[in-house]
Amino acid sequence: MIAQRQLLNRPAASRPTDSLGDIPTGAQMLVAALVHEGVDAIFGYPGGAVLHIYDELWRARDQLTHYLVRHEQGAVHMAEGYARATGRVGVVLVTSGPGATNAVTGIANAYMDSTPIVVITGQVPKHLIGTDAFQEVDTVGITRPCVKHNYLVREARDLPAIVREAFHLARSGRPGPVVIDIPKDVSAARANYSRLDHVSFPFSAKPAPVDQQQAQHAIETILSAKRPVLYVGGGIANSGADESLRTFAEALRLPVTPTLMGLGGFPSSHPLCLGMLGMHGTYAANMAVAESDLLVALGVRFDDRVTGKLATFAPQARVIHVDIDPANIGKNVTPALALAGDVKQALDQFISLLDEQDAQQSIQDREPWWARIRKWQRSQPLRFSGSQNQIKPQTVIRELHRLTRGEAVVTTDVGQHQMWVAQFYPFTKARQLITSGGLGTMGFGLPAAVGAQLALPDQLVVAVVGDGGFQMTNQELATAVQYELPVKIVIMNNGYLGMVRQWQEMFYDRTYSEVDISVAPDFVKLAEAYGAAGFRAERPSELHNVLKAALEHKGVAVIDVVVEKEENVFPIVPAGANARDMIVHD
Amino acid sequence: MRHTLSIIVADEPGELSRIVGLFSARGFNIETISVGESLDPRWSRVTIVTSGDDRTIHQIVKQCERLARVREVQDVTTRPHIEREMALITVSASAGLGRQEVLSLVSVFRAKVVDISHTQMIVEASGNKEKVDTFIELLRPIGVTDITRTGHIAINRLAAQEEEFSRKGAKAQSV
Repeated sequence: MIAQRQLLNRPAASRPTDSLGDIPTGAQMLVAALVHEGVDAIFGYPGGAVLHIYDELWRARDQLTHYLVRHEQGAVHMAEGYARATGRVGVVLVTSGPGATNAVTGIANAYMDSTPIVVITGQVPKHLIGTDAFQEVDTVGITRPCVKHNYLVREARDLPAIVREAFHLARSGRPGPVVIDIPKDVSAARANYSRLDHVSFPFSAKPAPVDQQQAQHAIETILSAKRPVLYVGGGIANSGADESLRTFAEALRLPVTPTLMGLGGFPSSHPLCLGMLGMHGTYAANMAVAESDLLVALGVRFDDRVTGKLATFAPQARVIHVDIDPANIGKNVTPALALAGDVKQALDQFISLLDEQDAQQSIQDREPWWARIRKWQRSQPLRFSGSQNQIKPQTVIRELHRLTRGEAVVTTDVGQHQMWVAQFYPFTKARQLITSGGLGTMGFGLPAAVGAQLALPDQLVVAVVGDGGFQMTNQELATAVQYELPVKIVIMNNGYLGMVRQWQEMFYDRTYSEVDISVAPDFVKLAEAYGAAGFRAERPSELHNVLKAALEHKGVAVIDVVVEKEENVFPIVPAGANARDMIVHD
Repeated sequence: MRHTLSIIVADEPGELSRIVGLFSARGFNIETISVGESLDPRWSRVTIVTSGDDRTIHQIVKQCERLARVREVQDVTTRPHIEREMALITVSASAGLGRQEVLSLVSVFRAKVVDISHTQMIVEASGNKEKVDTFIELLRPIGVTDITRTGHIAINRLAAQEEEFSRKGAKAQSV
């Protein structure tokens, strides 16, 4: 049967290279174009509409490796993890219809968190489009609101240009997802292939480099501010601005507060770092922003989880906003000074304009400001009450930090555990925390860790997840085991959808409506069923040893940490309130 | 305040729905929309009349500019421009006074009769929004039975076009 199949097939195509010997098929062109883009890994799941492509992938398996996931959402999150860990474009391949719709959550997640990925979806043959054919869905229509751009490929000959452009779009400017929808007949059709080195579409000009005069104006404003704060976000990692930010902040001794997406872009352990701001930010960070007279916003978008009630956000502050996406500037907050451009370029320009004497003078002038900030820091540090017989979730993160010497790449889902990671694991490097920020996607952590681990084989990668989120994508344990990607998964198991429960406790009179998920599989046995190692810690006395053993385990390890059920995340600024309404602890 | 936006977008399938989708997804308002070929047939010009405060309009422009196939977005309202809309209006007008009344309004508004039957007429009117609105209002008492309007199209006045041309030319030189 196999021999016959080989006979029936076209002669094994020469390796996709710059020029393909015979007239290639769309599938061959696609694979060649991906190799040309430097793609070495594809996360995917086959199906009818992508059979031609999978056939070519098998042939090209020496050049690029396909990772077979267990659900398409997992594929996209893996590509995101891969992209977030490295800055490179993550690539996904799924089939039409349900393959595409299952991928949508990941695509939307990548869109919100500015993650460069290219998602290739199969589509029914062109002549069936619009007929409600088997596994047909309007993928381009469904994904349109959550992509930078998408394509329905109509002719095989267009493929090289489309792939080239898709990768360019995904990584340029503000990065994001791009979808390429390929009808089955297009991947079978033959057309001439020519390798493309340039993007052929005439794009509107990139954001101009930051204007010298504006940069000068910004520096003067910063120097003369009495109570400035640097508010920094995901743009720091995306533009590789972490070193520049550090140099600049240190040169002027400016207080820095990162967003959730900005964590690691400035070392959390640095004396100038006030910790995260926003809904679950530190008291000092939120007070500093509330009292500031100048907010220097770098690579951020003034998300509602940061600002709370906009009208009372940083009421005395003038705002300097630097962002690569001009649409982010003035969207929620009108800045006094808008610099649309690359954050690293802007910071480097600021640094070049600094005068040593002015800097020293401004540092001196701002001593009272630092005195106030230090007072806030001392008065309300992050804290939680200890317990003799129950494991405190915050302790788990602290212990994890200690055992990993603060060097693990950490991924998370969304919810309480995510906030505790943000608060109690001081990240020191950009790209060290890979979390679902904007979309808040449960089930992100495990697949994202798998993707990150693939990109960083020598790095310890730990997924910290909740028992709810873990159960949304836990089938990807099989992927991790199959490809020997030794991620460690720490489940903060409280038997509840913890963050929802916390809100019900605080804002809905403790009416715990549909948040009890204590009927769950035995996670240790589940891990073992998948061929991974399972660990469990139930008492504080066990935590250290169990975590240590699990982290030292060579393969995939799941650590079920049974934590206090009704612990809350503090501080909390209730949704739509302002920083002064912050509830600091019980 | 009402603004008229002129959006130059690649003439490719689905591009219009990207623009319209962006408006609905972000809660922007579309009063009228019209699409057609521009000077270069590879590019379409979409003219959208929308409303909002300065910040909203600024957001709309910036969000539209983010679309990969949008080349240019201009708020033509900020510069001297000409705006036109066309309407086809069916009016009940039997022979006699009614028909005379319609004909005199048609002449005052420099409209056109494009179809006629024993009982009805179809008239074609064009002009800015106010003119077309007024024309329709005056026809209503006579008996309007159907209306179809094109939505606005707009173009910069020559002075503004030439200024734009020299601005772009100067920029090209400085590069």
